Amino acid sequence: MTLPLFFFYVFSAIAVASALMVISARNPIHAVLFLILVFFNAAGLFMLAGAEFLALMLIVVYVGAVMVLFLFVVMMLDVDFASLRQGFLQYAPIGVIVGAVLLLELLMLAGSFVVSPEVTASAVLPMDGVDNMRAIGQVLYTRYVFLFLGAAAVLLVAMIGAIVLTLQHKSNVKRQDPVKQVGRRPSETLEIVKVKSGQGL
Amino acid sequence: MDFILAALDYLLGIPPLGWGMHVGLIYKALLLLVSLLVFTAFILLADRKIWAAVQLRRGPNVVGPFGLLQSFADLIKFALKEPVIPGGADKILFLLAPLLTATLALTGWVVVPVGPGMAIADINLGILYLLAISSLGVYGVIIGGWASNSKYPFLGSLRAAAQMVSYEVSIGLVIITVLLCVGSLNLNDIIVAQQEMGLAHMIGLPQLTFLNWFWLPLFPMFVIFYISALAETNRPPFDLAEGESELVAGFMTEYSATPYMLFMLGEYISILLMCAMTTVLFLGGWTSPIDLPPFTWIPGVVWFFIKVSLVFFMFAMAKAIVPRYRYDQLMRIGWKLFLPLSLLMVIIVAFVLQLTGWGWHGGMA
Repeated sequence: MTLPLFFFYVFSAIAVASALMVISARNPIHAVLFLILVFFNAAGLFMLAGAEFLALMLIVVYVGAVMVLFLFVVMMLDVDFASLRQGFLQYAPIGVIVGAVLLLELLMLAGSFVVSPEVTASAVLPMDGVDNMRAIGQVLYTRYVFLFLGAAAVLLVAMIGAIVLTLQHKSNVKRQDPVKQVGRRPSETLEIVKVKSGQGL
Repeated sequence: MDFILAALDYLLGIPPLGWGMHVGLIYKALLLLVSLLVFTAFILLADRKIWAAVQLRRGPNVVGPFGLLQSFADLIKFALKEPVIPGGADKILFLLAPLLTATLALTGWVVVPVGPGMAIADINLGILYLLAISSLGVYGVIIGGWASNSKYPFLGSLRAAAQMVSYEVSIGLVIITVLLCVGSLNLNDIIVAQQEMGLAHMIGLPQLTFLNWFWLPLFPMFVIFYISALAETNRPPFDLAEGESELVAGFMTEYSATPYMLFMLGEYISILLMCAMTTVLFLGGWTSPIDLPPFTWIPGVVWFFIKVSLVFFMFAMAKAIVPRYRYDQLMRIGWKLFLPLSLLMVIIVAFVLQLTGWGWHGGMA
């Protein structure tokens, strides 16, 4: 057994175990934290496979940003476990049927899954002197540039949609305009009055 | 049992047969760890002293000469006190959070080249690794705030989560502008690039290395990075996660004794990590400011820590003289000011580099 193989087993065992914990943990916060652990170990596996750029991007984007917001939302939810468990037996049969169908389909897919010999043959290690990130960039911005732009457009539309859905303009709220605040001059707002002593204004 | 021998060789420098030629990983890591912790102890004292000096106080001056041993006295005090765990707290997560904060902060230092070729792991994607580690720092705060099962820590951790995620974006874009100029993500390459090209070479005085460093051509990015680093590490004026006037002590309210110490240690080490990142990205890392004899006699490690201390001095001064921001102002600066500005600079820098052919070409491939 070599060192990378040992680490492969460590990472994948932790990943599988924490994936199981995601669906069996009672507390939703614990479930989210276990999901983060799964991502982290997946990043470790990427690293072992030599895809260090993907591994670090997985941590920066998913663990560092997406899951933080996920955790944020789950923490704010007030989950009532009693009411969640109320209809459990009633819905259990439907859940079992859907799960069984999914499992069957997955098994069929896995049974008929073949890796084409062309792909296996072309799966070579990166060229000499071209690191991981350069290799991805060279493919992404040349061969797949239209798909890349298409994905970017979809994300942009989704972002604008989310903003339009949640942005509300309230008319009775006093808003601050920092530009106006900074642009204020003493001469516009201050009046200096010389008050004679004993007389007042 | 081949892999155990391989691991021993890697960690301790003991190959299967006889003694190895290289120094094992563990010795280097221990050396870095110990020197970092001692450095942090004095940085903590320096922070309090600077703060006190600005406010015309004396600061800690009782333990040891000039109060130099204050941090060690604090350490003993923290370690001997009884840790209190609140009744309704999630015990495991409550204790995990400070451990996570301290460990992550220390982990980042693995890739930092403190001197020529002195990084423990000189990896290709060093700066991306640092970004990943600093983006994980938020978990200690969130988990700690939630596991305390108390209102103020929870509010503090929510603030911290939103704040750190927001400022990571601008930090990432600033890093990208530097990477465009260098063409490599290796921290060592970034430092060497700042030595080998830049304004000093253009005006024909290559000895003035400090004119080469990226703080000059990328000055707006330097300022944005400095402010974002303050916000990312929850330093004043952006310490809203622990704003004592409204949230007692924020996410640290329920912590005491050693767990509290770990939180504070993690915070200061990640501040030092941010200072080190500023040093590597903008201040030329371990290179000496002027490439002439009296300056080049001083070894690179010393220059590195002098620069880190200088950046930390700026951090401490910001704490001493700037009043705390309001939360909506903080978010406004992050999203409406820094994000568009840094995005614009990425585009401008890319155009300039493409049109003029500047940039470093000494890296790999």
